[in-house]
Amino acid sequence: MSQTMPSAQTTGARTIQRQMSDRKIVLWFILPTIILLIVMNIFPLIYSLFLSFTNYSVIADKPPQWIGIQNYTAILSDKNFWAAFATTGRYALLTVILQTVIGFGLALLLRNKFKGSGLVTTLILIPMMLSPIVVATFWKLIFNPSYGIFNYMLGYTNINTAPEWLGDPDRVLWAIIIVDVWMWSPFVMLLCLAGLSAIPEYLYEAAAIDRASTWFQFRRITLPQVMPLLLIAVLFRTIEAFKQFDLVYGLTGGGPGDLTETVSIRLYRLAFAGQLNTGLSSALAYIVLIIIIAVSNLYIRSLNRARGA
Amino acid sequence: MATQTKSSSPVTPSAPPVPVVNYSTRVDKVGWRPQALSLTRAIAAVIIAIIMLIPVIWMAMTAFKPLKDAVAVPPIVFFTPSMEGFVNLMTQQRQVNGEELTQLRARTDLSWADQVALSQQRAIIGQSQFPRQLFNSLVIAGASTIISVVFAVLAAYAFSRFDIPGKDDLLFFILSQRMLPAVVVTVPIFLMYRQVGLYDTHLGMILLYTSFNLSFAVWLLKGFIDEIPKEYEEAALVDGYTRLQAFRKIVLPQSITGIAATTVFSFIFSWNEFAFALMLTQDKARTAPPSIPLILGSGGIEWSTIAAGSLAFLIPVVIVTFALRKHLLRGVTFGAIRKG
Repeated sequence: MSQTMPSAQTTGARTIQRQMSDRKIVLWFILPTIILLIVMNIFPLIYSLFLSFTNYSVIADKPPQWIGIQNYTAILSDKNFWAAFATTGRYALLTVILQTVIGFGLALLLRNKFKGSGLVTTLILIPMMLSPIVVATFWKLIFNPSYGIFNYMLGYTNINTAPEWLGDPDRVLWAIIIVDVWMWSPFVMLLCLAGLSAIPEYLYEAAAIDRASTWFQFRRITLPQVMPLLLIAVLFRTIEAFKQFDLVYGLTGGGPGDLTETVSIRLYRLAFAGQLNTGLSSALAYIVLIIIIAVSNLYIRSLNRARGA
Repeated sequence: MATQTKSSSPVTPSAPPVPVVNYSTRVDKVGWRPQALSLTRAIAAVIIAIIMLIPVIWMAMTAFKPLKDAVAVPPIVFFTPSMEGFVNLMTQQRQVNGEELTQLRARTDLSWADQVALSQQRAIIGQSQFPRQLFNSLVIAGASTIISVVFAVLAAYAFSRFDIPGKDDLLFFILSQRMLPAVVVTVPIFLMYRQVGLYDTHLGMILLYTSFNLSFAVWLLKGFIDEIPKEYEEAALVDGYTRLQAFRKIVLPQSITGIAATTVFSFIFSWNEFAFALMLTQDKARTAPPSIPLILGSGGIEWSTIAAGSLAFLIPVVIVTFALRKHLLRGVTFGAIRKG
């Protein structure tokens, strides 16, 4: 409490009174937030931890029955579960790589101001602000094999031979990746632009005087300077890609078959479709939760480092 | 973590600009090649921006296409604008034909919406679900935004100005709430809501969105409040203000930009949210996002109608994106990163 220390030496009694009221203020100011978060997030999580050890189903009219770690072993030995994980992993890896490359590239294009560059930057940022489910809906129209413009823009003008992006098992994951990359490359761009604008000019001047090549300047000045922010962007996109639900649900619903069934979609199907296996889905939710917490821990740590820098 | 000492240092960006004397021109910026390069970059950026906007533009165009043109093969770029999509979006209709059709056509007292419906051989019989769902979105997003920003301003101030035991852990706990996948939290919340009767209610959705926005809003606002020099309040306290008065008369007015930005961001998050709304509402409190993909006309999927719904839903977000452009970076990084 550095701000109350100086007065503490001068007027003792008044300060004690104020410290008391300060403490009260702190309590009253953070209490609503903490209480709401506990009621809405912590309590449900504890409840679902309990459910994950039971065979409860929301549609069955009987109380939860304790079955130990049976749900967890069932999930971990289920082929479909590992397939969903592999799909999610592949999806996350590909989207994050593409977004990083494209986002960084866009940032390099836009780093030097030109007339109207502010407007162009904002226009490019629009996709990431849109509602993912609405994005998925209109991309469905765009991907349509007969009247969608995607194939026409790629040059497939014959509708009989044109690929069906959302129905073709070889392409469907790529279709979702394309939409995700379209939507979120601007996010990476935004962070990279911030990193680029913070690089002091004199570094490049010194390099130019030493006749360093452009590649050398990029590798030794640009890249290391942008790295902290790029890392944040990558971690954040990894978490989000791992959680991805809206886009997949909107574009394919996990299909065809379960080819694009990501972990979130699998969880949704387990919990809200078919036999509504609440216990099993809670166990899966917990497995996902642990992974997300591990990755977001890394993420928040690098955010803090960036904040301190 | 922004420590006490760090946040008390005066903000540098607001310092008066020092006149810059350009003693040297950068050696690598002389000649025609660098200039041609920057021109090429600018042109490439503009082209990419246009390509990236094609999907959005295409959707906006589809919203104004007559139903038949929206699914024309091959796709058409030029068309006569029509309000069919919007009229079908907002109204419920039935098919008319034969005798009735000729009778309706003969009438001259029809409103323009009736005429648009009639041109598709339909008659309007009432309002559709969509206006109500849009209204639900507005109410739920609006209320949850107001509550979460009010709570967050208080919490952010406390976290910014006082030493709270376990502060870092608390802040981490708050942010981690934001990282949870919606599907993971929904199962227990669904059970809880069903138990207390909050399933498919406005109040239930408002509470849920409030708690999810709160973690974001606390972090974002803490960043803004950290930037207000603590000396202002200290001076006020010396002048006899109480802590609460100092908060109300100094901190709040100073952080008004931050509050505005946080409000708009929270609103967009709630407005766009899909997964919770899909799983926790059915009809009464259903918002627009889960409904838009399901918009069906009387004749199956009508892309003009879906596009009209999407456009009506997206326009506020696009406007807000422009209004927020200076704060986008802060917003998407939970206030941790600022420009410059």
